Amino acid sequence: MGKRFSPWALPVWAIIRKDLLEEFRTRYAVNSLVMFAVTTLVMVSFAVGPFSLDQSLHAAFIWIILFFSAMTGLARSFVKEEENKTAAGLKLSASPEIVYLGKLLFNLLVMLGLTLILIPIYLLLMVPPIGSWWLMLFILFLGNICLAGAVTILAAIVARAGSKNALLPTLSFPILLPVLITAISVTETALGGGTFSQGKWELQFLVSYGVILIAASILLFNYVWYD
Amino acid sequence: MLWKVLLGIWMVIVIIGAFLYAPPAMGLGDLSRIIYFHVPLAWVGVLAYLVSMVNGVRYLREAKLEYDHKAAFNGELGLVFTLFATLTGAVFARHTWGMYWNWDPRQTSVFILLLIYGAYFVLRSAVEDEERRARLSSVYSILAFISVPFLVFIIPRVYGSLHPDPIINTSGQLKMDSKMLQVFLASLAGFTGIYFWIYSMQSRLIKIKEKLKGDDKVV
Repeated sequence: MGKRFSPWALPVWAIIRKDLLEEFRTRYAVNSLVMFAVTTLVMVSFAVGPFSLDQSLHAAFIWIILFFSAMTGLARSFVKEEENKTAAGLKLSASPEIVYLGKLLFNLLVMLGLTLILIPIYLLLMVPPIGSWWLMLFILFLGNICLAGAVTILAAIVARAGSKNALLPTLSFPILLPVLITAISVTETALGGGTFSQGKWELQFLVSYGVILIAASILLFNYVWYD
Repeated sequence: MLWKVLLGIWMVIVIIGAFLYAPPAMGLGDLSRIIYFHVPLAWVGVLAYLVSMVNGVRYLREAKLEYDHKAAFNGELGLVFTLFATLTGAVFARHTWGMYWNWDPRQTSVFILLLIYGAYFVLRSAVEDEERRARLSSVYSILAFISVPFLVFIIPRVYGSLHPDPIINTSGQLKMDSKMLQVFLASLAGFTGIYFWIYSMQSRLIKIKEKLKGDDKVV
């Protein structure tokens, strides 16, 4: 087992490390993502004011903020390779599957980091009642996997299509809408104190959708990456 | 030529049959006649999307631009037919549920379907290089088609839908009067025939265009 995975794991880790290092030096993605998310959150908080919201509204707000933050931040992962003209170097040094997996995991790390920052501030400002912490954490994790899984290959498509800014939300929205709808409904269950078995259908849906999306992306990435 | 004339006569018979021959359904009355148009339109819409995706796969395997053109116009066809299915569905919804649009899971999923292929054409118009456009849009149409079974079959099952589901229901039985079934199947065949007519016309058009492009004398 170990031998079969090690030729994959090391280069994938190398790509993640490269992106992390670049991120620590420029802090572009983290800064812009966090600022974007906080701005949106504060706007929501201003608009809501002293009123207390329903669970369904809390769930919708959380996922709207996460979705649009993903749209602003994750496109960078491939666009920056095209802009800095480093895409060719990456093509020469690693096979497309490895590049895809590295970028996917990096994007997932970015999204999870963002969630870690965002959710405490959300709890502070909006004070939503959280009935079931475990389900809440699980759905945030699973939803972010699906978000990153779909957005990574779409970001590559956008980077190849001339890095047009409005393109990523347009392309992602229809593919991610099933994910968002189910994630919002599970989050609602979690806020209301529901159990895992209550959200069973939705969780099964999310897992299967995420697995299929990522598997298809691995197969198709080759065609996006090379000319 | 002959089969086109036959198709025309066939569709006339279907339309007459839908309004005069088939009995109205219990409870719904004459409103049920919309099924002879709504379901075939939706079926052809999904069929066109499927053919579009298959052509996308063929393009990725063989890199012939002909397949990309086929994928594009099948996407257009699917968009038009799905739009008509949505509109006829909205008419049905208005008269049974009281609203043209109420975000029933069926309506949500057909809306996403329309968005997907809207986005497909946005992507196509964003890329200028022909081969790159073909490759990127093929990849996108395959990715997008993955969500179709989820949208059409799974979401309406998970969330309760008001949409009547007599064709592919969970018990796998047809609950239709034999006269209704005759007209319904005839209509399905007729609409599929119309689809193949448009398909063959477009394919010929593409071949002619490609020929003219290769020919330097014709400008």
